[in-house]
Amino acid sequence: MGNVARFILRRRGAHGSGKGWHWTDIFTWVWLIGGLIIMFGPAVWLMFSSLKTPAALAEFPPSILPYVTSQATVEGYDKPLMLYDAKMPDGSTRVLAEVRRIGLVAQMVDPKAPGDIVKVNINDRSPVRIMSFATNNYTEPFVHFDFLRYLWNSVFVTVVATVITLVVNSMAAFALSKYEFKGRSVAMLVILATLMVPLSVIMVPLYSIISTLGLFNSLWGVILPTVATPTGVFILRQYMLTIPDELLDAARMDKASEWQIYWRIVLPLTAPALAVLAIFSVVWRWNDFLWPLIVLSRRELYTLQVGLSIYSGELNVQWHFILAMTVVTMIPVVLVFIFLQRFITTGIAGTGLK
Amino acid sequence: MTTPSLSSLIMAPINAVMRIIDAPLRRLQKATGIGGMAAFFLAPNMLIFGIFVLLPLVINFVYSMTGGTAFFLSERDFIGGAQYSRLFECQNYLDPMSCQEDAFWTAVGNTFWFVVLQVSLMILTALITALILNRELAARSFWRAVFFFPVLLSPVVVGLIWKWILQRQGLLNFGLYQFGMDPYTWLTDRDWTFAATIGVSIWAHMGFYALIILAGLQAIPKDLYEAAEMDGTRPARVFWRITLPLLAPNLLVVVVLALIKSVQVFDEIYVLTGGGPGTSTLFLTQYIYETGFASALRNPGLAAAASILMGTVLVVLTLIQLGIGKRGENKGKR
Amino acid sequence: MGEIKLTDVKKSFGALAVLKDIDLHIKDGEFVVFVGPSGCGKSTLLRTIAGLEKVSGGEIQIDGKRVNEVTAADRGLAMVFQSYALYPHMSVRQNLAFGLENSNMPKAEITERINEAARMLEIEAYMDRRPGQLSGGQRQRVAIGRAIVRRPTAFLLDEPLSNLDAELRVSTRAELAALHGRLGSTMIYVTHDQVEAMTLAHRIVVMRAGQIEQVGTPLELYNEPANRFVAGFIGAPHMNFLKADVVEVSGELASLSVAGGYRVQVRLGQAKLNSGQKVTVGVRPQHLVVSNDPLSPSVKVRLVEALGSETVIHGDIAGEKMLAVLPGQQRLNAGDEVRFDLTTPPLHVFDDNGFRLLTYAGQLT
Repeated sequence: MGNVARFILRRRGAHGSGKGWHWTDIFTWVWLIGGLIIMFGPAVWLMFSSLKTPAALAEFPPSILPYVTSQATVEGYDKPLMLYDAKMPDGSTRVLAEVRRIGLVAQMVDPKAPGDIVKVNINDRSPVRIMSFATNNYTEPFVHFDFLRYLWNSVFVTVVATVITLVVNSMAAFALSKYEFKGRSVAMLVILATLMVPLSVIMVPLYSIISTLGLFNSLWGVILPTVATPTGVFILRQYMLTIPDELLDAARMDKASEWQIYWRIVLPLTAPALAVLAIFSVVWRWNDFLWPLIVLSRRELYTLQVGLSIYSGELNVQWHFILAMTVVTMIPVVLVFIFLQRFITTGIAGTGLK
Repeated sequence: MTTPSLSSLIMAPINAVMRIIDAPLRRLQKATGIGGMAAFFLAPNMLIFGIFVLLPLVINFVYSMTGGTAFFLSERDFIGGAQYSRLFECQNYLDPMSCQEDAFWTAVGNTFWFVVLQVSLMILTALITALILNRELAARSFWRAVFFFPVLLSPVVVGLIWKWILQRQGLLNFGLYQFGMDPYTWLTDRDWTFAATIGVSIWAHMGFYALIILAGLQAIPKDLYEAAEMDGTRPARVFWRITLPLLAPNLLVVVVLALIKSVQVFDEIYVLTGGGPGTSTLFLTQYIYETGFASALRNPGLAAAASILMGTVLVVLTLIQLGIGKRGENKGKR
Repeated sequence: MGEIKLTDVKKSFGALAVLKDIDLHIKDGEFVVFVGPSGCGKSTLLRTIAGLEKVSGGEIQIDGKRVNEVTAADRGLAMVFQSYALYPHMSVRQNLAFGLENSNMPKAEITERINEAARMLEIEAYMDRRPGQLSGGQRQRVAIGRAIVRRPTAFLLDEPLSNLDAELRVSTRAELAALHGRLGSTMIYVTHDQVEAMTLAHRIVVMRAGQIEQVGTPLELYNEPANRFVAGFIGAPHMNFLKADVVEVSGELASLSVAGGYRVQVRLGQAKLNSGQKVTVGVRPQHLVVSNDPLSPSVKVRLVEALGSETVIHGDIAGEKMLAVLPGQQRLNAGDEVRFDLTTPPLHVFDDNGFRLLTYAGQLT
């Protein structure tokens, strides 16, 4: 244990002068702990909130965990009644159900003996709170709203766009890394130039092209403009340049066609870079917002991101559903983050691309 | 024979398809030679690039010189530079409200201040974070992950998370309440909302830049620090005289990259504030989007003109970045 | 089956001519080695024969058929690459099978051929491993195996031993020679190592700057190098070259002044020398013998490398460098003066342009 503690609390002071905490050690830990709270806190708060009932969400001050006032169905009363811990005049505490409240006095009954009405000053009672997870926040949007549809649309866009991205970009990267041909540098330059052209610059004409092609209000209209990513071509090309040309020559001597060389030799050897691009592509396409927002105007075609933003923009925001669906939208990315974080961070550090 | 693995089961049908594709492609290769195959491999990408990037880029200029609300070019009238002059028509160039397109100039002003504040604060925090992560820390990859986490979140999720926190019954007001302060409706206050957009976008993107700066820090040879230690250099001096100068090229690239992204700010802010209250958080991309698509008085030509102006800024920034990158490369060669 | 004929073969990359008018006739079953310094075009020549590079001019024939337009896959040749170029993601077995599968060979025959090659090369033990799990020597065998299973008309080997350590290189060299003996197919072998060339080749093709300098058996090249370049390239350590003047020509004999005035006499044979002509005299380090004759030229010893079985002397003679390999162990130190006899060893005389004019066998032989 001692060693572990010493390792975790290793600090400049211990390294330098031998004892004491240097101010930078304190600053480091304040920054790290503060970062932990600020970076993770909001998402955690969102997850807790998404499990609360609308009533619990409306409470102020809010509780952190999803507590609700406990209710009981009492014989003789149609509606469920709220349960309270009531202090009796003799000093004991009983669990009573509130029937109605008149001024400062609450009329209450014992759920086990609903006959007698007990009058209690409202200051002498406090609600019985139990933890309750409002799981219908999650089920209802899927059942009664279109969120299952949105989820499917998002999955479809993400998977199809990623597969096409991998195929199309790896083919281009293969051509640009393994062949000498006229216009190769021109092609490289064109691809490089498109790095400078973000969607926000070309959205108006792009929209008209999509409409002309009949892809407006089609998931393909969302997918196609995104698949020829210059980033993808660059990542893959850099990697393919490290595959020795002799390997390709060997395959040619082995009677392999160029297509076989691409498919059976180069692609398998590019697997690490393809994995990085696949992860990026999944995150990009899952998170895409502005372009689907422009292309998709029919409700049944919305992706999760568009659906969420439209629902949250409505006048009467049903926060309990929105929060739950936000969590659903977040889940794939969080999974990617947990399992592939190291992949992504080294990928970014290596290429400087997001 | 070994039992077939899962991957071989998945690959078997794909391999079969590839074999079927191979036969016509072999004939193509026979006919066109290896050079023809290069074109074949490049074609799909170039086609998609051409249709969805290059073509829009070109017709954007045409768009910006036409008027009307129709989207099909054939139905639009040529009006020359009228859209541009409309954007630049102001009675008093110091007062955006006196311009004909006051929303455009509001968006330009908002975007300018947003970019200046967001980039400077974000790079500062990213630098501090990177410096801290570069120390001898236990579980460094965990801490790196902590700061990186929001980067992957979708802008919509980011917007909604913070909208939920900043609303009246939100976590922020709860915190203030704990300290005995009054709750406040943050997202109805112009200044606080603007500040919130900056804070939220820093929260969402800082980790990415911290990661790149960290990579730059780790690329600084360790022996330089050891040499400095042998010379008895004070830590502050080590930072100013070794770390910062050696990090400078990397830092410059990061700054320009952040500028490029920051100018295009849209998604998370649109979800968080919708550009409001009023036009206090209306940024350029939202202006283009709303002028082009959403507003009742949509004017695609005007949106195209505005997007070209924004594109010009981005091209300049990108060229600066490429210039820096080239210089860095040359330095590396020497 | 395996006769390769090159006529006027040219290859240039842009303006740079890499191969200039190569004429070469390789007979069936012959083991031919292309040797030369790096950048001489020997690898390019091999790749042009393979079909991996297109010729810019001239003609390549295999078994009498022009193959200029035939792709690498259809020339029926197999190649062993310098880096072995084994497919890293395939097992040894799959590596061997890949080329056979591509020519749609029946499964049973593929298995049979692979097993046969595996037996021959003793690689059966690691047929299911990937190349990354093999040692350099094992990879080398697999690379050869991949060529053997194809049963090619000719084998092309591009510096196949250069990635092995010295000891392994010697043993693999012997195995390669044995393999050639067993298969009896044509082999074209590229190397920059003249020892490999000397030990393996039936015929050596010495190349420089895109041209063939000389073609011949190893001993022809050693004994009668066509020019200074071949003389210097074949044999290790390389031949000594000393500037000389023809002092006098009389009948069959010519008298040369070497190394600052020392006189040697050579027999002319069919060669012609003119009095006053400037020439270069070449003598192999192994042929030098220490002389006690005070008239013999004196060499100042700079460095002595005692190798046990022989001693290598680096010296200076009249401002020129001189190498000598003396048998056994010699009592010599740096700074000593030693005299070598130049009248007994075989001498080669080259003209201004480096062409060999004559070889005088000397008195010893």
